Amino acid sequence: MMTRSFGTPEFLYLLKAVPWTLLLSLGALLGGGIVGLVIAILRTSPLPVLRWLATGYIELFQGTPVLMQLFVTYYGLAVVFNIQVDPWPAVLLAFTLYSGAFLGEIWRGSIEAIPRPQWEAAECLALSFPQQLRYVILPQAARISIPPTVGFAVLLIKSTSIAAIIGFVELTRAGQLMTDATFQPMIVYPVVAAIYFLLCWPLSLLAQTLERRIDATLGVSRHF
Amino acid sequence: MPLLALAGISKRFGAHRALDGVSLAVEPGEVVAIIGRSGSGKSTLLRVINGLERPDSGTIEFDGKIIEPTGHQLKALRREIGIVFQSYNLFPHLSVERNITLGPTVAKGMTLPAAQELARRVLAMVDLEDKRLTYPQQLSGGQQQRVAIARALAMEPRLILFDEITAALDPELIGEVVRVLERLAQGGMTMVLVTHEMGFARRSADTVVFMHEGRIWEKGPPAKLFGAPRTPELASFIDAILSVDPAAKRRAG
Repeated sequence: MMTRSFGTPEFLYLLKAVPWTLLLSLGALLGGGIVGLVIAILRTSPLPVLRWLATGYIELFQGTPVLMQLFVTYYGLAVVFNIQVDPWPAVLLAFTLYSGAFLGEIWRGSIEAIPRPQWEAAECLALSFPQQLRYVILPQAARISIPPTVGFAVLLIKSTSIAAIIGFVELTRAGQLMTDATFQPMIVYPVVAAIYFLLCWPLSLLAQTLERRIDATLGVSRHF
Repeated sequence: MPLLALAGISKRFGAHRALDGVSLAVEPGEVVAIIGRSGSGKSTLLRVINGLERPDSGTIEFDGKIIEPTGHQLKALRREIGIVFQSYNLFPHLSVERNITLGPTVAKGMTLPAAQELARRVLAMVDLEDKRLTYPQQLSGGQQQRVAIARALAMEPRLILFDEITAALDPELIGEVVRVLERLAQGGMTMVLVTHEMGFARRSADTVVFMHEGRIWEKGPPAKLFGAPRTPELASFIDAILSVDPAAKRRAG
């Protein structure tokens, strides 16, 4: 077999895998966002049963390796539907559930960071519990949660490289394939790493900027 | 018939007896000033009246009906009783106007234009018509507290509770808030205030209540309580207040 060396076509092959990394990250962020919002609200619910359910979910997904979650989802889907499963729905589902736990925990913290008197002031204007959340607590919590949420997005983009293991061709898997073709791991993998860096670095910068800006606005408005 | 009648209200926090058999009636249009040392149960009493704390025993009657401090009845009560807090507790993410229209639109189903008209009216009552579109953190403490008063007024309550609303303010900002209170008192609003503003209590209160160790220790018209305290606890409290704060002494006149 002829070996190729790492050139423009190989580099383009890597680039063509980038949208899958981004699509997986974005999908998991959106799906996980919905799961996370439900989890965060359940965690602050007045009903203990709902709080326990949400806590259990978070503990389960934060306490197990994401790789195991991926295996269980992948083979789980295969067993349930009794077919060879396409990796895409499996990785998307696994990373959605994983993100839901982390975002739920981040957002619960943001909700709890809103001072108790804000709830009381809303309550004293005759707002119901869902109305207090919707009009007073969540809008403020959302602002606080933006920097850690962006921070998690960075983490998530890097974590999606694990999807390579079950054969989902995203950036890391593309790197493996090119390494197999070229036998030049010390060229391919640094390039792959550099691409990840270019995806994540702007987000990290964004998170830092947002953090400073939000601290500045909230700093003045809090007087305790 | 009193608008508000408390009978035998008790409340414990662990071993601490915050309220110990408090009974108090407030007539329509009456201004009641509650004074006392910190920890005497004043703030707890206000929080019990509008259901932020549930009493261990005793009854609360509003407008002749006994209030069960649960769900539906409590929400109805909140439309009738307003409260203004020491730390203003304005919503920092909302404009002054939205702070005021939130309750009327969301809880009372008023249309937004009607609520905005109402906001203009109540802001005029606290002399802040021009601050409609600003955000709370752009205002001084005194202005924020006046917005909080306007927010309470916009619910068109029949009774407003004031919980040490000048305590967090710089001395030079107290006057503008007290003037608003005096105007409300003259306008016939039924008010229960926890306050350290003895001048206001003396001039504007119909009844002064001195609380000590979770009980109503003395109660009566201001001239009588300030002029001739019957108990040593009240006498020493008045002395303490007037000696530590010369400004308070001046305002007390």
